[in-house]
Amino acid sequence: MAGAAPRTEVRPLSRRARVTRGVLIGTSIAFLGLLLVAPLGAVLVQAFAKGWEAYLGSFADPDTLAAIRLTLLTAAIVVPVNTVFGICAAWAIAKFEFKGKSLLITLIDLPFAVSPVIAGLVFVLLFGAQGWLGPWLQERDIQVIFAVPGIVLATLFISFPYVARELIPLMQQQGSDEEEAAITLGASAWVTFLRVTLPKIRWGLLYGIILCNARAMGEFGAVSVVSGHIRGLTTTMPLHVEILYNEYNFVAAFAVASLLALLAILTLVLKSLVEWRSGRTVS
Amino acid sequence: MAGGFRKPSVLPGFGLTFGFTTFFLSALVLLPLGALVLKASALSWSEFVAILLDERSIASYRLTFGAAFLAAVVNAVFGFIVAWSLVRYDFPGRRLVDAFIDLPFAMPTAVSGIALATVFSPSGWLGQKLALAGVQVAYTWLGVVVALILIGLPFVVRSVQPALVEVQRDLEDAAETLGAQPWQVFRRIILPAVLPALLTGFTLAFARGIGEYGSVVFISGNLPMKTEITPLLIVIKLEQYDYDGAAALGFIMLVMSFVMLFTINLVQTWGRRRQAGMGR
Repeated sequence: MAGAAPRTEVRPLSRRARVTRGVLIGTSIAFLGLLLVAPLGAVLVQAFAKGWEAYLGSFADPDTLAAIRLTLLTAAIVVPVNTVFGICAAWAIAKFEFKGKSLLITLIDLPFAVSPVIAGLVFVLLFGAQGWLGPWLQERDIQVIFAVPGIVLATLFISFPYVARELIPLMQQQGSDEEEAAITLGASAWVTFLRVTLPKIRWGLLYGIILCNARAMGEFGAVSVVSGHIRGLTTTMPLHVEILYNEYNFVAAFAVASLLALLAILTLVLKSLVEWRSGRTVS
Repeated sequence: MAGGFRKPSVLPGFGLTFGFTTFFLSALVLLPLGALVLKASALSWSEFVAILLDERSIASYRLTFGAAFLAAVVNAVFGFIVAWSLVRYDFPGRRLVDAFIDLPFAMPTAVSGIALATVFSPSGWLGQKLALAGVQVAYTWLGVVVALILIGLPFVVRSVQPALVEVQRDLEDAAETLGAQPWQVFRRIILPAVLPALLTGFTLAFARGIGEYGSVVFISGNLPMKTEITPLLIVIKLEQYDYDGAAALGFIMLVMSFVMLFTINLVQTWGRRRQAGMGR
C-alpha cells in the first residue's frame, strides 16, 4: 500500500480527475469522521463532562478497581496460554504435512465466525448448573459459570486464533530450510526454536499477541453470557461499563470506557509500529 | 503418528505441538460446541421448530440478517471509496487514516456501543441533527444498521486495499488513451479486478454483522419484535433459564456461521480461479 502512492504523484491530474479525487477523499474522511472519530470523541467528552475530578473520582469506586483487576487477571492468563497454543499450532501446521490439516485450520478459524454470544452459550450448556457437567462440578463445589473460570474460558475461546492466524502463513512462507539445517547439524529442538525460528517470527508473534490482548481485554458478548454480572466479583471492564451505563452513571461509564479506548488506540499504535518494523504492508 | 498419517520430516516436535493443538481445540472448541449440538438435538422436532418459528424469533432473524446485509452493502460502497482514496491518492494524514481503519477491530464492542448510542441518541450530536430531518437512529432498526456498519468497515477496506494495489495501471492507461470514459474504465477494468476482494470483504462484514452483540445492544433499544437481534434473544432466553430455547437458537446461528465460512471459502476460491483465468 505504501508502495502504491508514489506512482500517483508523478502523473499530472486533469481538472476532472482533481475534482474526483477531492470528492472521493472528502467522502472517505466524512464517512470515517462520522463513524469512527465522532464516537471516539463522544467517549472523551462524556468522560470529562463533569471535569477532571469527577473523571478521576470514578476510579475510586472499589467495584471499578475490581473490574480493572479482573480484566488484567484474565488477560494475564489468556494471552500467555493463547501464545503457547498459537506457536504450537503454527509449528505443527506450517512445518509438517499431515492428513486433516485443513480441518484443523478451519477449527482455528471458527471463533472468528461464531457469534460471541454462542461462545458464551456453549460454556453455559457445558458447565452451567443445568449443563452436562454441572451436577458433577456442583458435587465437588467447583463453580465455573458466573465465576472467574468461566470468564477465562470464554475469553480463551474468543481470542485464541489471533496468534495462530498470524504465525501460520508467516511460517509457511518462511519455509523450514534453516530449521532443518540446525537440526541436521545437531542442535536440539529447543535451541533450534529459540535461536532459529523465534528470531524469524518475532514481529509476527508480537503482532498476534497485541491483537489477542486487545480482544481478551475488550471482549463483551461472550463474557457477558458467562459472567452473571456480580458487581465487584465477576465484572470485567467492558461489563462494568455496561452496568454503569445502565445506571445512568455516564461519567463513570465513559471514564472506564476511556481506558478501554486508550487500550484500543495503544493497540493501533503498536500494531502500526510492528507493521513498520517488520516492513509489511497491508495485513 | 505412524504410517501414512504424515510425511516424514527431520524436524522435531510434531507429536508435542500437534498433540497440544488437538487437545486444546478439542477441549475448548469441539467439546463445548458438541454440548450445544447435543442440547439442541435433545429437543423433539416439534419443540425445535416451535422455538425457531416463534414470532419473536422470526422478527429477530429479519432484523439481524436485514441489518447485517444493509450494513454490508453500505460498507461495500463506502469501504471501496475509502480503500480507493488510501491506495490511489496521497493526502496529508493518509497513513494516520489508514491506521485508524482498524479502530473497530481494536475497540471493545461495548465502548463502540455506548459511544454510538450517545452520538445518535435524540439529544446527541448527530441524533439532534437527524431528528430535525425526522430521522431517528438510536433505539430503532437504523441504529442496528449503523452499529454493524462500524463493525464491518475494516473487513471491506482491508480486503479491497491489496486488490486495488494489484490492478494493472497500464490497462487503465490504455483504456483512457483509447478514449474510454472514467466510468467505463471503472466498470470494465477496475471493478472486475477487485470484485472477488470486494465480495470477500462484503461476506466477511455480513458474517460478522450477523453475530455481533456488544456494539448493537446499546443503540438498538432492544424492543421485542422490533429492535431485538437474534444474539440478544439468546441472551434473554438464558437469563430466563430457558436453556432449550437458547440452545435451539444458538444451534441455528452456529449452522449459519458454518454456511458463512463455507461461502467465504467459495468466494475466495472463485476469486483465485478467476484471477488465474485472466492469465496474469
